[in-house]
Amino acid sequence: MSTPVSGIATKQLTYAQAIRDAHAIALERDPSVYVLGLGAPDPKGVFGTTAGLAEEFGAERVQDMPTAESGMTGVAIGTAISGMRPVMSHIRVEFALLAVEQIVNQAAKWRYMFGGQMQCPLVIRLLVGRGWGQGPQHSQNLDAWFAHMPGLNVVAPTTPSDAKGLLVHAILENDDPVVFIEHRWLHGIKGDVPEGYHSVPFGQARIAREGSDLTVVASSHMTLEALRAAEHLAHAGIDVEVIDLRTLRPLDTETILGSVRRTGRVIVTDNSWKTGGFAGEVTSIIAEEAFASLVAAPRRLAMPDVPVPTSPALAQLAYPRARDIVALAGDVLDARDRVALLDPLPDPAHLDQPDPSFVGPF
Amino acid sequence: MPELELYRQMARIREVEERISALYGEWEMRCPVHLCTGQEAVPAGFCAALSEGDKVLGAHRSHGHYLAKGGSMQRMLAELYGKATGCSAGKGGSMHLVDLDAGFIAATPVIGSTIAIAVGVAFAAQMRGEDSVTVNFFGDAATEEGIFHESLAFAALKRLPMVFVCENNLYSCFSPLEVRQAPERDLLAIARANGIPAVAGDGNDVDVVHGLAVEAVQRARSGGGPTLLEFATYRWREHCGPNFDTDIPYRPDGEFEDWTGRDPVVAYRARLVAGQHATEQVLDALEAEIAAEVDAAVRFAKESPFPAREEFATDVYAG
Repeated sequence: MSTPVSGIATKQLTYAQAIRDAHAIALERDPSVYVLGLGAPDPKGVFGTTAGLAEEFGAERVQDMPTAESGMTGVAIGTAISGMRPVMSHIRVEFALLAVEQIVNQAAKWRYMFGGQMQCPLVIRLLVGRGWGQGPQHSQNLDAWFAHMPGLNVVAPTTPSDAKGLLVHAILENDDPVVFIEHRWLHGIKGDVPEGYHSVPFGQARIAREGSDLTVVASSHMTLEALRAAEHLAHAGIDVEVIDLRTLRPLDTETILGSVRRTGRVIVTDNSWKTGGFAGEVTSIIAEEAFASLVAAPRRLAMPDVPVPTSPALAQLAYPRARDIVALAGDVLDARDRVALLDPLPDPAHLDQPDPSFVGPF
Repeated sequence: MPELELYRQMARIREVEERISALYGEWEMRCPVHLCTGQEAVPAGFCAALSEGDKVLGAHRSHGHYLAKGGSMQRMLAELYGKATGCSAGKGGSMHLVDLDAGFIAATPVIGSTIAIAVGVAFAAQMRGEDSVTVNFFGDAATEEGIFHESLAFAALKRLPMVFVCENNLYSCFSPLEVRQAPERDLLAIARANGIPAVAGDGNDVDVVHGLAVEAVQRARSGGGPTLLEFATYRWREHCGPNFDTDIPYRPDGEFEDWTGRDPVVAYRARLVAGQHATEQVLDALEAEIAAEVDAAVRFAKESPFPAREEFATDVYAG
């Protein structure tokens, strides 16, 4: 669904570079755009995603800020309702929790509670991750919390191309608050990214891999785990379709249901905990809307309901991976025997290194 | 004549609040109301120092700020009645007031929350080179919130064109200052420690309020940065609702009588007559005009239609 139109020039970029590219395009195009974040103009530039932008566009357009997440989110909202388009970043979702009052009570409801007279075009970038060895307060992904809230958009891209296109759309084309979730494990991945202006609208899932036996619904980093699992299952003759949601709110239920109606079997993955998580929401929609098409019970694959510990020996138990999807696929397809014959799927050597190209920092 | 205008604005706010009290028992206004009866001098005195292009944000007790900044009385009352003609189209009620034409940007009720948003409004004005001054009204409880301190710090850092106005009415709901703040706590010193000039004044004397407001607004407009003003005043009625609550034993003996004896509206009326700024007849006529204005606004609100069912889910997102 998101195949780049042939003939458009592309360039190999990392996900982080693609995010930076989106910022640059937005700053160039619209003088009301400004970037605000702790360390946004510093030499590291939020893991490279804002690197060099202050030099290029000036200190007024790319601003550092006091360590005051709640107050500064209010400030950003105040500028947004005054006609500016702030792009705010938090290097961990946990820091943004100090600003949840502003995000939930104010930004999400500003348009509605004043009868549509004002709008709040605020983009909040939240970095999440896994296996950072940083323990209970630096490793969460609270996408379902934000996706619960009418008035917010929640975006969680997987590919560099989508990271750029969805961020360009969020900053320049969408007039409502956007929670933009970036998985730290994705910042280093490379992909073809359209050059120049490139936007991807919200509410359109991407079929990352076509298949006919089983649907796996994923977003953000879990899409990569799902694709690894799908390639592996192909060796057992199992044809897996992988759906990359791209946006959790608005949610492209049509693409999900269309796929499930074809395959009759579904695993919904989640980057967070199982109870009350987003996989539960997607599973419910499938049960309500496509029950008659299901030939097996829909299954969720999410983190066990335990805070993430620091020790790698324990942290490895927290995160579902490709091999877990493979095993669950065996159950859903009633093909445990075939799956058991596969070579075991190798795990990354270290939980804090998704692939050899990732050299930190976290 | 400016004195007469200050009186007119206070008397309007009083009349509206008292009318809401009188009509509330009809159960047609089906939203909570936080009345500012007794606190009229701060909004009236302050907003008279503002220009049309200046911006005001408030909190839960903001009828007075909205009216004094020039917000439409008809649309405010319609909002309280939940009507389609309300200032927030019936989606906000008393705690979500707006009149963009008048420069009343917003009021929302979570304590302290709009302080930061007001700072952002002032920040946007500064970044865009606009001439406007932004004012935020809040109560003594809001100064206990972390966001108040974060907001002061950023406004000072950027020397923003704004004024923080604390209406200290001694209570947060039923909780008096002494259970919330140490006796040594000095709000003005907190502001000054952030680099913000701060002055306290009698919030029941509209001339005092107006004088301090003119000075602070002038400083903000001329690039001198933010000011904090703290005005002592008193909430006559219950925290939320139309009634007096002197039957509940939470105010010290004599406090209510002491403050109501210093009624800002009555006192200023007497001052105008004594100073020969206005005759009794002129003031009587002005009050009759106000009563007629409130009559018309109530009629407008009552006669307006409710929002259509189709409006329920509009304006959650653009388009």
